[in-house]
Amino acid sequence: MNSMMGLINLEYEHDFLNELTYFRCGAAVPFGGRYRLIDFTLSNMVKSNIHEIAIFTRNKYRSLMDHLGTGADWDLDRRHGGLFILPPDWNDPTDISRGDLRYFHNNRDYFHRGHSTHVLVSGSQFVSNCDYQAAFQHHLDNEADITFIATQVEPDSFNKEHDACLRLETDDQNWVTAITNEKCNPLIFTGVYIINKELLMDTVDQCIAHHKDHFFYHGIKENLANLKIQVFEHKGYSAFVNSIESFYRHNMGLLCEQNYKSLFLKQPFIRTKVSSEPPTKYRDQAGVHGSLIANGCVVDGDVENSVLFRGVQVKEGAKIKNSVIMQRCTIEPGVYLENVILDKDVHVTKGQTFIGSKDKPFVVAKRQVM
Amino acid sequence: MKKECVGMLLAGGEGKRLGKLTGNLAKPAVHFGGKYRIIDFTLSNCTNSGIYTVGVLTQYAPLELNQHIGIGKPWDLDRQKDGVSILSPYTAKQGGSWYSGTADAIFQNIHFIEQYSPEYVLIISGDHIYHMNYKHLIKQHKLTGADATISVMEVPWDEASRFGILNTTEDLRIYEFEEKPSNPKSNLASMGIYVFTWAALKAYLLHDAEQIHSSHDFGKDIIPSMLQDGKRMYGYRFEGYWKDVGTIQSYWEANMDLLDEDSSFSLNNKNWRTYTYDSNNPPQFIDRTATLKSSLINSGCWVKGTIDHSILFENVIVNEGSTVYQSILHPGVEVGENSVLERVIVTKNTIIPPNTYLRSNQDEEPLVVDAESLKEILSIQI
Repeated sequence: MNSMMGLINLEYEHDFLNELTYFRCGAAVPFGGRYRLIDFTLSNMVKSNIHEIAIFTRNKYRSLMDHLGTGADWDLDRRHGGLFILPPDWNDPTDISRGDLRYFHNNRDYFHRGHSTHVLVSGSQFVSNCDYQAAFQHHLDNEADITFIATQVEPDSFNKEHDACLRLETDDQNWVTAITNEKCNPLIFTGVYIINKELLMDTVDQCIAHHKDHFFYHGIKENLANLKIQVFEHKGYSAFVNSIESFYRHNMGLLCEQNYKSLFLKQPFIRTKVSSEPPTKYRDQAGVHGSLIANGCVVDGDVENSVLFRGVQVKEGAKIKNSVIMQRCTIEPGVYLENVILDKDVHVTKGQTFIGSKDKPFVVAKRQVM
Repeated sequence: MKKECVGMLLAGGEGKRLGKLTGNLAKPAVHFGGKYRIIDFTLSNCTNSGIYTVGVLTQYAPLELNQHIGIGKPWDLDRQKDGVSILSPYTAKQGGSWYSGTADAIFQNIHFIEQYSPEYVLIISGDHIYHMNYKHLIKQHKLTGADATISVMEVPWDEASRFGILNTTEDLRIYEFEEKPSNPKSNLASMGIYVFTWAALKAYLLHDAEQIHSSHDFGKDIIPSMLQDGKRMYGYRFEGYWKDVGTIQSYWEANMDLLDEDSSFSLNNKNWRTYTYDSNNPPQFIDRTATLKSSLINSGCWVKGTIDHSILFENVIVNEGSTVYQSILHPGVEVGENSVLERVIVTKNTIIPPNTYLRSNQDEEPLVVDAESLKEILSIQI
């Protein structure tokens, strides 16, 4: 029986969100009111019948591990399979592997022990509500070696975030003929792909034998001529969060009805770590318009066009506009915030004003008192 | 395995006076406070008080209640050796029967309690809204060396005749118990929360089970006969918020109490959290056209209208031009455009069509609307 196991490879995701990645890896950055970036690919995997998921994580993974726990909130606390968080700690003296190949080499057991025939590989920066099962069916129907999940971007909606993405060229049968960085090509590779497990292990061996250090670039991209690679096009909400600018823009983008619906209201829902926060309380002086608000907030001020994470307190007379306020921040009376990103546990004292610009929001790192 | 105290949570009641709210689920499973079910408050009290051995006695329409409790995970009651156990009526070699009263329910589960050889048994019920540290109750029970300790609270004198009233000496030793007295001598009302020394209670349960004319009820039978025999019984004075949500009026009031800014009872109390099952819904979407005031709103809601002094459970949709005032909307309710709801309770998944006007007067019991009654109301309105 054909089935998939999952791999979330964070090795090459550097600290791409400045202040927000001072204390955590990118995959653990909060997004969309109550989620973290990794939740999207993780939830997509779970709802696509992937029940064994490994995470290659290099550093700053404390908050990631805290968030994922046993995986119970994604139904990944399993007797067999489930969640495998695999940080680097290797002591094999004969190991000659380099780059992310070291993860593959030192965690061979994960792949060997899994009963699945295929592996779905993903990072954490692509945010979507995507049915990987449909991509898998496409992969099997075409008897491909690898299937890339891609998304078509309208030329007028090209953004800076897309510059970092690879583009795909295909023939009329949807077989990949080239992987490029050509900025005018609208067919964008999401970084998510399905690969036959045996091929993956062979490629790992090949790469290591030739002292290569990047599984995707050296094992797949450079080897394109010998591989049958299909493209599966994901339609619907697609976002790449790879900079503060795109992080801010996509949080704000969720305030658009259509985006909210296509990311959040498709059953089964995106899952995250649950908390025991009560429903949000709006008090007498609350004035909230066009905002996304998580549970556990107490709002007594004005909130407009903003995203409030769980447990945020907005005191009387405070005004928040076009901002992203993360978990447990306290906004005291008379504060004015516009185009601001506050990381968790920030306390803004009485009467303060902070205004960023639309293209360059004012970012405050975790646990500051302002 | 020995446990000092076992909690027995009575959750089998039908709650007849809640009418449509308990149509197909037990009273403890009725939705409350925007996210919770009534029983969550008692279960959370157990967790927060360190009572990790809890038997939940179910009988009436238990499906939703059982599913809600599951293995007790939200309350940290999913444990290796104890945790939560659902105790439904059963048959065995000697036959079986429904629980005929609160005392009978405990009597039929003596074998459950004895597994833990407890010193004390805490009897609580799943239909009260309150925060209480049972540890303090048990501590007083031990200090006084009582056979039974009954949690009491002062109620206004003019309401005392609606409660079970305890007449006590100055040190709170109980000498008389009067159920709904017409001329109350005290205003200390029983809250239906008891701690018993297990050996003493067991003897009375066994004796009570043999009395054919007994109603097998704690308040009516066990407590009075213990008093009659001069057992050491004390009151434990509780101060704070406590509400029995026995009627639609009191259910509505207790919900509205959560919106009271000055209330000592808060769901946001970080030192006494209320736990429940969380269904992992997306954050609520508050549209540009929305106006919100003094309300509690849960995740997954989509609000385009005006919400004032109301409680919205998960996945409620309120469309543009609609006003919801002093109302409680259960999960999945959708309110069509330009509708007005005032002082109503709408049950799960009910869809209110556009341009609907539903209200109940301030001096009458709030209107409970479900899909069926809505049809009737609408046909009359047309």
